[in-house]
Amino acid sequence: MSVVTKGAKGDRVLMMGNDAIARGALEAGVKVVAGYPGTPSSEILQTLAQAADEHGLYVEWSANEKVGLEVAAAASFAGLRSMAVMKQVGVNVASDFLLHLAEYGTRAGMVLVSCEDPGALSSTNEGDSRPYAKMMEFPLVEPGDFQEAQDMTKWCFELSEEIRNVVMLRSVTRMSHASGNLTLGEIKPSYKKADFKFEGGFMDQLTGPALTFPSLVEPMHQRQLAKLGRVREIFETCPFNTYTGPAQPELLLISSSAAYMYSREAIHMLGLENEVGLLKLGTTWPLPPQLLKRHLASSSKVLVVEEGTPFLEDNVKALTADSAEQVGIKKFYGRSSGPLLPTNELNPDLVAGALADIFKLSLPGAPADYAKKAAGLATENAPARALTFCPGCPHRASYWLINQALKLDNRRGFLCGDIGCYTLGAISCGFNALKTSHAMGSGTGVASGFGKLGQFGMDQPVMAICGDSTFFHAVMPALVNAVHNNSDMILVVVDNSGTAMTGFQPHPGTPLDAAGNALPTVDIAKLCEAIGAEVVIADPFEMEATGQTILDLLDQKGGVRVLILRQACALSPGKKGKKLFDMELDQKICMGTDCGCNRLCTRVFRCPGLIWDPQEQKTKIDEVICVGCGVCASICPSGAIKKSEVA
Amino acid sequence: MSLKQLSADPYNIIITGVGGQGNVLASRLLGQILTREGYWATIGETFGASQRGGSVMSHLRISSQSAWSPQIPRGRAHFVISLEPSETFRVLAAYGNPQTLVIWNTRPIHPVSVIAGEAAYPSHQEVVKGLDQISAKHWPLDATSHAQKLGNPILGNIMMIGALSAVSELPITPELFEDALRQMMPASKIPINLQAFNLGRGEILKINGAA
Repeated sequence: MSVVTKGAKGDRVLMMGNDAIARGALEAGVKVVAGYPGTPSSEILQTLAQAADEHGLYVEWSANEKVGLEVAAAASFAGLRSMAVMKQVGVNVASDFLLHLAEYGTRAGMVLVSCEDPGALSSTNEGDSRPYAKMMEFPLVEPGDFQEAQDMTKWCFELSEEIRNVVMLRSVTRMSHASGNLTLGEIKPSYKKADFKFEGGFMDQLTGPALTFPSLVEPMHQRQLAKLGRVREIFETCPFNTYTGPAQPELLLISSSAAYMYSREAIHMLGLENEVGLLKLGTTWPLPPQLLKRHLASSSKVLVVEEGTPFLEDNVKALTADSAEQVGIKKFYGRSSGPLLPTNELNPDLVAGALADIFKLSLPGAPADYAKKAAGLATENAPARALTFCPGCPHRASYWLINQALKLDNRRGFLCGDIGCYTLGAISCGFNALKTSHAMGSGTGVASGFGKLGQFGMDQPVMAICGDSTFFHAVMPALVNAVHNNSDMILVVVDNSGTAMTGFQPHPGTPLDAAGNALPTVDIAKLCEAIGAEVVIADPFEMEATGQTILDLLDQKGGVRVLILRQACALSPGKKGKKLFDMELDQKICMGTDCGCNRLCTRVFRCPGLIWDPQEQKTKIDEVICVGCGVCASICPSGAIKKSEVA
Repeated sequence: MSLKQLSADPYNIIITGVGGQGNVLASRLLGQILTREGYWATIGETFGASQRGGSVMSHLRISSQSAWSPQIPRGRAHFVISLEPSETFRVLAAYGNPQTLVIWNTRPIHPVSVIAGEAAYPSHQEVVKGLDQISAKHWPLDATSHAQKLGNPILGNIMMIGALSAVSELPITPELFEDALRQMMPASKIPINLQAFNLGRGEILKINGAA
């Protein structure tokens, strides 16, 4: 953190890609930063929040990405450089505003950073937001290493200011969450008074009203396309587009982003430095046509290596078709043409595999007998490690109670959910209770629809679940819809006092801003009541009472009932490292498999803080892992697990 | 600055374990030390959903020449530091080779499949026997128990860095480690981390001395 904000010009440092992006923004004199947390993007805003006081920034975690983009745009309209930060799915949320913003344009430099997650390491999709740049006609750049993550971010602000439009900088997990060495640039102190000028004419972008309007669409669209034309010229000579390799390569490899690092390594692994030319594109929309044509003319084979959909590949193909007379007919390889697969993230091995395939070479690696032995030993000695809720996680208790209640109710009731740690409710750690899960807030919208299917004979109870941060992000409109349309459903808000999944960022329901300063809170319960729902608040760790509450809510007929299950995340700053209870397992009472419970605690509840000892046929507590939430004591029917207040 | 030539360039280290064991901090501390020595350090890691009880891995590439891909190619790990026994096998199956060296923490963290009784966890002897077959050399270290005695089991990650400093060719000294600590954590936490480092280093030197 300190290096990002305090490191001096010329210092050579080790920095995470996200910190390099934050540093680049500071060097550019960014003043306002807004966004919504999402892996792998969250550290950028967190780092800048820590620097807010020192560098005179305004940094906010917004209620959702669309609002974040709007907050950033306001700063640009008022003459301050601004940045909006989100993960790939956030761009979808922001996209409606983005379309209008790109049509009208910006004033002071404005950058949209989208950090994407090919391979879905921490996502439920492989969304690629690059096509938005083409669809909505604004420039897109992708840094290819850590130095570029810093330098291109800084440059994006200048580019945005030159063309007066938003610029998208796209990163991926292996850039954002990877670290490498770079040399710092300079942070220059600056102050600018914010002032929104609206006195000029509609088409005066610097002094007129900032708006899109039916009769202005055509001239604005023409202006937007002229900007894009200027961007093409700038990109033709952009130093972030580089070429290494022979003048007439056997194969031209075109790459961008982290895929560039894999490509470089793959060429090295196979010793193809004299055969393959590597064109790294930092600017991926619009493509600089002259630069591309020069390189396309140099080789008859082209391999495009990129993270995500075949966006670059398709655009290079279109450009080749357009200039076939100059560049000739090509044999294309890539994620669309093969041999690279169109799904999952890339790595050096996959790129080397594609090169080996094209050049008919064999791939270097560990000796075959070693690989076989190691694979066999891994099968024997490395049991599958499924994701699970943390020890002491209130979601485990909440899902236990919801699942028990739905089973007791016995009408095949089900739970609709969405994105957060609680998505794990779909697998065994949440007792497979979750039956639908899509976008942020979608559980409530889908439940609102299910809750209206009674007229078609549906007689299953409908429940939705959402987290506290998600409630503000996208659940509110769905809840309004459900109440207004008199849907028959229960919404469970699992309120763990923060945006837990992404590292416990604050949200409108919590009393702090991104830097830890006090802010007014918005009360979820009061909000739900004001919307017109019946609201009950309970503690998931009070298992008996809360279990009964859920059963009572299931018994009620019609309308929207909201249950707020309030218990802080086990990793929250207030709880982390503190035990609620001392836990003890009385080995004299635990009968293991002989107990009628059939190992309810380990076989079904499956908290990582428990150990099943197959030799002794008993349950034990893992003192290193257990955080003493006490929930398993409520589950053990024989009273073998005991909790006592921490002395 | 003249850099010590590494036996392999890039020199590839994998730090593995289970989410929450502190492998991200360990990889960054190592990267920090080697950056300050003048090497290129590139680190690739996963965090986010995988923190929720899943397997985690940090890939660390050290070079005297340039940055490398944040993902190590298969079969090319020179050193594996494993904070959890069974995870060692998962990593070696993908990234190991007959020359790979391993330091491993002997304290298991049972996956839910084992807690539920659906899968078996290997015994200490089985782990040792397995690693005898697929590593050039391996050093077991009961890092978690030692760290518990220091007051916090998470210090196991720091012990492993100390252990690495005792056996690898990388220039990691207690002084350089302390220097890196100062960059990354408040002064109040430095003594306990130094203690963990020296304990890990000492344990391995003891094993090597006895051998």
